[in-house]
Amino acid sequence: MFLLKLLSRNALRHRLRTGLTILGITIAILAFGLLRTVITAWYAGVNASSAARLISRNAISLTFSLPISYLERIRQVEGVKSVSYANWFGGVYISEKNFFPNFAIEPKSYFELYPEFVLSPEVNRAFVTDRKGCVAGRKLAERFGWKVGDNITLKGTMFPGTWEFVLRGIYRGAEQSTDENQFFFHWDYLNETLKKTSPRRADQIGVIILGLKNPQTAAETSLAVDARFKNSLAETLTETEKAFQLSFVSMTEAIVVAIRIVSFMVIIIIMAVVANTMAMTARERIGEYAIFKAMGFRGYYIAGMVFGESLFIAMTGCAIGIALTFPVAAKFGEVMGAFFPVFRVERSTLYLDVAFCLIVGLVAGIFPSWRAVRIGIADGLRRIG
Amino acid sequence: MSAWPGKNRDMSGSGERRIVVSIRNAAKSYLRGSQVVPVLEDISFDIEQGEFLALMGPSGSGKSTLLNLIAGIDSADRGSIVVDGVDIATLGERELADWRAAHVGFIFQFYNLIPVLTAFENVELPLLLTPLNRRERREHVEAALEVVGLADRMEHYPSQLSGGQQQRVAIARAVVSDPSILVADEPTGDLDRVSAGDILGLMARLNKDFGKTIIMVTHDPRAAEKAHIVRHLEKGVLSDVPS
Repeated sequence: MFLLKLLSRNALRHRLRTGLTILGITIAILAFGLLRTVITAWYAGVNASSAARLISRNAISLTFSLPISYLERIRQVEGVKSVSYANWFGGVYISEKNFFPNFAIEPKSYFELYPEFVLSPEVNRAFVTDRKGCVAGRKLAERFGWKVGDNITLKGTMFPGTWEFVLRGIYRGAEQSTDENQFFFHWDYLNETLKKTSPRRADQIGVIILGLKNPQTAAETSLAVDARFKNSLAETLTETEKAFQLSFVSMTEAIVVAIRIVSFMVIIIIMAVVANTMAMTARERIGEYAIFKAMGFRGYYIAGMVFGESLFIAMTGCAIGIALTFPVAAKFGEVMGAFFPVFRVERSTLYLDVAFCLIVGLVAGIFPSWRAVRIGIADGLRRIG
Repeated sequence: MSAWPGKNRDMSGSGERRIVVSIRNAAKSYLRGSQVVPVLEDISFDIEQGEFLALMGPSGSGKSTLLNLIAGIDSADRGSIVVDGVDIATLGERELADWRAAHVGFIFQFYNLIPVLTAFENVELPLLLTPLNRRERREHVEAALEVVGLADRMEHYPSQLSGGQQQRVAIARAVVSDPSILVADEPTGDLDRVSAGDILGLMARLNKDFGKTIIMVTHDPRAAEKAHIVRHLEKGVLSDVPS
């Protein structure tokens, strides 16, 4: 108890220096927390993917489509419970800065395969029965102030023209990690328009989503699907939803690695700052440590004072940094919602924050406490006065 | 532990005072670069319980080094130093720390109080190494501060006290655990004349009323006048017989 009182008062002896060091740790923890959350957000799609779904696409590239006729043939493959399909639409709402993912889907089967997008039966029915109807995620609707019944117009980029929709429903995510920034409309609406404007692009789909009877048969089912279209004009590449999502992330792997390195560098830099503060502190207090030793306090008590103060500073900065991470991450997620639809501070990030602060506090205290413990009493006392 | 003060006072009533410090052929030298500089040479003398000894001598004569050897915060190159029956040269670092806690009270020139602790907390420090509980510690600290006349300044921080008052707190800290000897290194060196007189008076009272054995290093002849015995060091050698 006495030691706690002593080290907390010692820590506040040079308020400016301690305050600036705590500020440094706070900013470091904030930066670390945000960078880690960016990495988590990067993998959000991967983490949210279901083991019970496969994605089949054109084996050449995602930019090549598959004929709609594949659908029935895939449905007949053993292990496949249901199928649906979608096209990346790439439409723009008012201007390009208002980016959000939008897909043309088969409305009935798609939402059956994605139970994490929660729609009430009435809303689902309203959406399915209106060919120009669309559904938006809760966050997306909030972002643009959309209400059910609103007319929404998208400018096509991959599919030129002006596309008009009526908002028939707003879905909610079943989990906190569910993306609520997506926009869905009828593939039939897209296809019928294409038949009129560019018939060669009609009856084509971007990806086929397969619901599995048993997730454990994913590998065999993938092989069976791909074998069925071997040597055709549009060979398929079928993979788990997780692998499909990872293929996107792998394109930007270098950025993720860079962010990860920077996040660790931040911790190393702050470790040096705290170590410097503690070294200065210990140098100034060598005389006091000598007095403690003269009175009979052993080395572990002196080391406890140094380590305690170092940990006090590190953990105070850590606590403030963690407390600030949540509101800052919320704001960041709001601003960057289009790029990071799920921006949530993970519990593992908080554990890492605490672990790193403990390490910073302990490492920063090693050299100063070693010096303090090793100092001869007579030498230490000579430094006073 | 008995109640402070006076556990270590000779209550035998025999009239014979026992030897509390016995130094035999003690020598100490320091290395300055590759050169060996002798600081103390062949020092031998005894200090009886309840004695008030002043060590005098010019700067560099080795008086503070001798005090450090007696207090167990430095070690002799050869010779023996027996304090209260214990040859402290034979003690390891941990044992020596425990021994200092139990047997030595320190009074420094610059008081050396911990600035973030109140007068009460500063005096309480040595008692943290004893098995006393909180209530007992409080009683001891209050008694010690009462003796030095600072019972009303317990909650003051060192920066809120004058130099003389700070030295009084330091004295209370030195005596609170009832050590066998009090070692004082220039205790009045940083004080004005009036405060110095008060501190010397207090030390004399601790010696006379509570039987404390005091070994004091000083430059000040007025301070030395308070001692029973004055010994002079010249170039590391005791230059005279006790006066």
